[in-house]
Amino acid sequence: MAHYLDIIFRSIFLENLPLSFFLGMCTFLAISKQVKTAVGLGSAVLFIMVITVPINNLILNYVLKPGGLTWAGKPDLDLSFLGLLTYIAVIAAVVQILEMVLDRFVPALYNTLGIFLPLLTVNCAIFGGSLFMVERNYSFTESVAYGIGAGGGFFLAVVCLAGIRERLEYANPPSGLRGLGLTFITTGLMAMAFMGLAGMDLSF
Amino acid sequence: MAESKTELFIWPIFKRNPIALLVLGICSALAVTGQMSTAFVMSICVTLVVAFSSMTISIVRFQIPGSVRIGIQIIVIATMVIIVDQVLKAYSYELSKQLSIYVGLIITNCIVLGRAEGYAMNNPPVASFIDGLGNGIGYGFILMSVAFVRELLGSGTLFGFEILPLATNGGWYMRNGLLVLPASAFFLIALLIWILRTLDPEQQEKN
Repeated sequence: MAHYLDIIFRSIFLENLPLSFFLGMCTFLAISKQVKTAVGLGSAVLFIMVITVPINNLILNYVLKPGGLTWAGKPDLDLSFLGLLTYIAVIAAVVQILEMVLDRFVPALYNTLGIFLPLLTVNCAIFGGSLFMVERNYSFTESVAYGIGAGGGFFLAVVCLAGIRERLEYANPPSGLRGLGLTFITTGLMAMAFMGLAGMDLSF
Repeated sequence: MAESKTELFIWPIFKRNPIALLVLGICSALAVTGQMSTAFVMSICVTLVVAFSSMTISIVRFQIPGSVRIGIQIIVIATMVIIVDQVLKAYSYELSKQLSIYVGLIITNCIVLGRAEGYAMNNPPVASFIDGLGNGIGYGFILMSVAFVRELLGSGTLFGFEILPLATNGGWYMRNGLLVLPASAFFLIALLIWILRTLDPEQQEKN
């Protein structure tokens, strides 16, 4: 259990996707002007990460890996070069299906997440989550934990940034720095704050 | 459009830089800026992918049905990225390990899809190719400038060669540890945007 908690904690704070790997920056910067929309975006990312990372893990282990197709009688087939194409297709499909299911059964949630879902197909954070899972050879349960942690990390970071930016509205920075420049500096300071947790010992 | 081919090539590098002005594609841009060599390879990869995917999409632009165009664009881009990735793995395995997942992430890089959707879909192949080349180099320009500062001041080297002899090796330079951390990339990009926007006040955001 401690091992999974460790994965979750690491991926939320130490290996936070936007703050230490710069993933999902485009949406991260664009949709962090208000806390309310940031919460919507954050939950959409968390939701999709928890679903796509484990699905891609299953596809990697039972289809793409050398020997993965043993159950279909083709143990020598190595399809790992198709990885990138497959993961992005899975993500796009899951986003589409999720959109339809939510619209049909949970309209309230659909109204909150709705506009963000299509955007997330090409979000580097979602795709990066799956690629990190592949690179680190996570097992299925580990990939579930990683999906929760990485999505939660994005949620936390985007909501914090939106809170700070709401306050920054009242500031009067030099005109060249207004908007984007100041947001970058804020993000940098946040990244340093998250780094501060790096010294914590997590071996339970 | 009434732009000449040279303008098409030069503008995205300075006047309409995709990272600094349009905030596109910074996702993967910053993570590889710890060293000049990785930033350089990454710039080449992105430039090739943008140029060739824009050209391919522009060639088939009359055959693409409007309703599924994003899907088709992504597939073209993903194919280009897989080719680049496989070539890197075959000929320079060390570098491909260092770039880790960031080569794959070119697929979701907003610059590539942005140029495909915003330019290549409405323009002939040669112009799209040049536009892609210009945008790729504009992206590389920012990447290399950030990497230059980070590697020079962070570890005293450039492309792995020692430029400023470190105090730990008997030289005089005390390296700046902050610039090795990811956070420094954010500050450097902020400064760069500040400089570009001060030089060109048209780009400043309204209050």
